[in-house]
Amino acid sequence: MIPQQFRIQKLKSETYDTFTMELVSEKKKDGFSFLPGQFNMLYVFGVGEVPISISGDPTKQENLMHTIRDVGSVTGALRKLEEGDSVGVRGPFGSAWPVEAAEGKDVVIVTGGIGLAPLRPAFYHILANRKKYGKVAILYGARTPEDILYPEDLQEWRSKFDLQVRVTVDRAGKDWHGTVGVVPSLISKVRFDPKNTLAMVCGPEIMMRFTVQELEKCGLMTEQIYVSMERNMKCAIGFCGHCQYGPKFICKDGPVFRFDEIEELFAVREV
Amino acid sequence: MKDIKALLTEHAFFRNLKEKQIETIAGCGKNVHFSKGDVVFRQGEEANAFYIVKKGAVSIEVDGAERGTIIIQTVEAGDILGWSWLIPPHEWRFTANAVEETSAVALDGRCLRGKCGGDDALAHTLLEKFAGVLAQRLEKTRMQLLDVYGK
Ligand SMILES: Cc1cc2nc3c(=O)[nH]c(=O)nc-3n(C[C@H](O)[C@H](O)[C@H](O)COP(=O)(O)OP(=O)(O)OC[C@H]3O[C@@H](n4cnc5c(N)ncnc54)[C@H](O)[C@@H]3O)c2cc1C
Ligand code: FES
Repeated sequence: MIPQQFRIQKLKSETYDTFTMELVSEKKKDGFSFLPGQFNMLYVFGVGEVPISISGDPTKQENLMHTIRDVGSVTGALRKLEEGDSVGVRGPFGSAWPVEAAEGKDVVIVTGGIGLAPLRPAFYHILANRKKYGKVAILYGARTPEDILYPEDLQEWRSKFDLQVRVTVDRAGKDWHGTVGVVPSLISKVRFDPKNTLAMVCGPEIMMRFTVQELEKCGLMTEQIYVSMERNMKCAIGFCGHCQYGPKFICKDGPVFRFDEIEELFAVREV
Repeated sequence: MKDIKALLTEHAFFRNLKEKQIETIAGCGKNVHFSKGDVVFRQGEEANAFYIVKKGAVSIEVDGAERGTIIIQTVEAGDILGWSWLIPPHEWRFTANAVEETSAVALDGRCLRGKCGGDDALAHTLLEKFAGVLAQRLEKTRMQLLDVYGK
């Protein structure tokens, strides 16, 4: 699969190291269809290619949206691009968040850091179909108040009476009036029926490990918990083995897994 | 308003305590209220209580000298606030501020220490319960220290 050329329509700085780009296809004018949780391979000409989740609204597929944290060579090169520049896009790839399986149930979304980006499409989907779900909670943890992603979205969601939205940071100064502490601590603060809940979790692996433990303490079974995994990728179509995770390929079998499917691997360091 | 004994009986922290023990502890309790911005306790002062937060939120802060005041944790409804009353030298290690209108039950540390003096079983149970609170706090602090969202 060769990359399709997309043009950067709009760039938005989210935090000091994270930005969102809206892309439009140079050829296809009928939008870009994807499922919440899927990712694309973004190619910067002459530099390289990286997997990046789609972070936009799946009900508005005219533009393709990606939120990217500058951590190294390719993400750094993506950051240097300007509106009007081109990037190569292959995708969408991978499994999706279980937004349909969650219908009729309570939903608890727990995210940390850049992990809010891959879950935002699932949350948009739930909002667009709000009546199909029971209680809905979104819990988000960031490093400091300056690192909080999508503050306008969070503010808007918080103003809705039928959503439980909680944000916490690991540390803050006196001017922060929100919560300080780790995101798993928020789980016991929101209302849901553990027998009839699906949880979707995305963030650094350590954060996901603590989150799963806390969800289990609150009465969820591993079959009720979904996580999104990250590994380096190359082909993204299950050929090269770069993203191998035990017997699974993250690009093809994941990135979203039901936790009981990977529980044993998750306990092993650097599978 | 619920009486203190009923409140303690329902609280997860006091689960498995005997009714008599809860009654003894409740005897050291009183309802307290803090307005937004009130200091609940101050670093370095004598620690003579712990709190069961019923409503509102309290920030636990440390004076970071040239880095200014750093908030290290927020305690909310249902949480236990304060352990220094139990461990000598009974001095608050941090400052706690109400960040919202806050209601709590304050349990008098001197009163409790007095009652524990004549009741080994109660002393042991309380120590065990607070060890659990401290272990949880330590685990969460470690996770904060890991800086999981850093590069
Ligand atoms: C399915 C999937 C979805 C992703 N979605 C997003 C997203 O929406 N937004 C976003 O900003 N990032 C996302 N990532 C992570 C992103 O792919 C990496 O940050 C990127 O590949 C780093 O490449 P680089 O060339 O910029 O960094 P490099 O120069 O290769 O490495 C710099 C640092 O990043 C680490 N790193 C490299 N690759 C990865 C990786 N795949 N995962 C984690 N750390 C890595 C390296 O260990 C090194 O410390 C996703 C990864 C996967 C697998
Ligand atoms: S990236 Fe090649 S197999 Fe997954």
